[in-house]
Amino acid sequence: MSRKRDITGGLFIGVTAFSALLIIAVIVILLVVIIIGGKGTFSWEFLTSFPQDGMMKGGIFPAIYGTVFLVLIMSIAAVPFGTITAIYLTEYASEKSILAQSIRFAVRTLATVPSIIFGLFGLGFFIKFVGGGMDNLFLGGQLKWGQPSILWASLTMALLTLPVVIVSVEEAIRTVPREMREASLALGATKWETILRIVLPGSRSGIMTGTILAVSRGAGEVAPILFTGAAYYLATLPTSLSDQFMNLGYHIYIMATQSANVDKTLPIQFATTMVLLLLTFTLNLTAVIIRARLRRKTK
Amino acid sequence: MDNNAGHNRFVFTRDSLKKKFRLSEFLSEKIITGVAFLSIAIIVLIFFFVFRETLPIFHQKKEAAKVENVVKPEKYGSDANAGKTNSSGQEQYGVTTKDTMMIENKTPAEDTVVHGSDEATLKSLAGTQWLPVSDRPRYGLIPLFVGTLKITLIAMLFAAPIAILAALFSAAFAPYWLRELLKPAIELLAGFPSVVIGFFALMVMATFFQNIFGYDGRLNAFVGGVAMALAAIPIIFTITEDALTAIPHTYTEASLALGATRWQTALFVTLPAATPGIFAAILLGIGRVFGETMIALMATGNAALSSINPFESVRTLAATIGAEMAEVVFGDTHYSVLFLIGSMLFVFTFSLNALAEFYVKGKLVKRFQGKQS
Repeated sequence: MSRKRDITGGLFIGVTAFSALLIIAVIVILLVVIIIGGKGTFSWEFLTSFPQDGMMKGGIFPAIYGTVFLVLIMSIAAVPFGTITAIYLTEYASEKSILAQSIRFAVRTLATVPSIIFGLFGLGFFIKFVGGGMDNLFLGGQLKWGQPSILWASLTMALLTLPVVIVSVEEAIRTVPREMREASLALGATKWETILRIVLPGSRSGIMTGTILAVSRGAGEVAPILFTGAAYYLATLPTSLSDQFMNLGYHIYIMATQSANVDKTLPIQFATTMVLLLLTFTLNLTAVIIRARLRRKTK
Repeated sequence: MDNNAGHNRFVFTRDSLKKKFRLSEFLSEKIITGVAFLSIAIIVLIFFFVFRETLPIFHQKKEAAKVENVVKPEKYGSDANAGKTNSSGQEQYGVTTKDTMMIENKTPAEDTVVHGSDEATLKSLAGTQWLPVSDRPRYGLIPLFVGTLKITLIAMLFAAPIAILAALFSAAFAPYWLRELLKPAIELLAGFPSVVIGFFALMVMATFFQNIFGYDGRLNAFVGGVAMALAAIPIIFTITEDALTAIPHTYTEASLALGATRWQTALFVTLPAATPGIFAAILLGIGRVFGETMIALMATGNAALSSINPFESVRTLAATIGAEMAEVVFGDTHYSVLFLIGSMLFVFTFSLNALAEFYVKGKLVKRFQGKQS
């Protein structure tokens, strides 16, 4: 009887362990396959040169440049707003107020809205409404802002990454001990001074993790920029905010599904995927390590 | 009240100890509160603007009558067909083009019945044909719904058991060091861009599965579903794990004290106690798969067929938006229909999230409190 129990028990634990192992195995296989496929083409030149011969040869520099540009503007928009929202939720709002709860609900909803919806919103709101409105107001109907551009793509992406920033900053702010705040207040500092001098410096690592995670998410997402600013091929780099841009993820998507000769460009595709994967992987790994350190500190 | 506070400066009275009015404090608080409102505002704006673009479908009846007089019935010559085939060939795969043409040829009789008018658009939404780029566009959403549901089902059949069992392993059986390794690893999987997973599915998994099962179309619902499972696993795992570890120690201790073994406790005590949380995890996983665009675009073949066969190509709602929005004319019926699909996606994921949030969490809290006291 007890022996039979042991066997079922061992089997059950084995099955759960196998599931966990399966996930790890898939992660490893994915990484290894992409790296093996892309290693041959990958070089410094690949990173720093333009595509040639209708993308059959050459590098991916404009795609990298566009991605960095996108992520930069996105962070400028998302990080301050995310941080301030997190400050509100932790420092000002009382936990049970309806307002705070609805903001929390909105943030979680934002995190679960499919990324393609952000793309639609970017098109309907930023490009058509804001951009079109700006054109009519300042340029007399001349088309400049009312079309897909890197600015609108970045702002769309900022909305998508806002919850990422809010969640990690909030977590970090909660690690600042209450005694520090009380000491500051007791010494005569106002609430705002306390936040500025005590709470924010104490949660710097959280703001950093939030930014890193947001950057990694923004670099990898393609759906929101499909029709808000990404371009298939551009001969020049984007110089102003109203230009279109090339993007790593979009480049992969186009090359893999719509290029004239998919087989011939396969090494380039693998190498591009490898660059994107390693970029996001490194960023996420950094965030995981910083966060693990933070958690250990608070324990 | 605040303004009276400054009178007796050196004597601490009830009044002087009250908070002074400071402009900087006041402003900073108001600004911070205002910014915090932004998240709510964004949700409302998304709701409003995505819906706004769908309105033309419902308003077009009058205009349609005018347009119909101007536009003459087009002929279905070989030229028109060739043009259409080319344009759809750009975004779809070989299989699709063939299918589109087959359907096109099969139904010439219908052409005269519902021609061109936008009044027909509303009716055709319930149809079984999704042919937006043809001389006589039809916007039947049924194949898209079937495709999306099929792929969601396949993805959840893979993702839910694997993720829940792995979470149980991590929460109940794994030694500390292994858990500390497993959780970040799955966080890293969550960070994989969906375009990378889609590329992996398209280039590697599709061939691999084709060799195993030996079906015809390389890209189909099965490949797409398995790839989407990879995207859903981290979500389901994380939330399930949280739910499992949130269960009070008294539960497991009582079970162990009564002589149950570790696995019996995990299977018969911990897991049932966490069911609301697991339910929420599955709901959010479904939401993720339902709205996933890039994997669907790259790995499912994108032919709008409504069959039950898992090894046939499908076209999901999200992928349809992603593939067609870039080539559509602003303000067109097609454009509005794509926004309509978008609003449906949004409403669906919004309700899933709301359900997971309120119903499930309320239940979980009540259960723990009710049983503990």
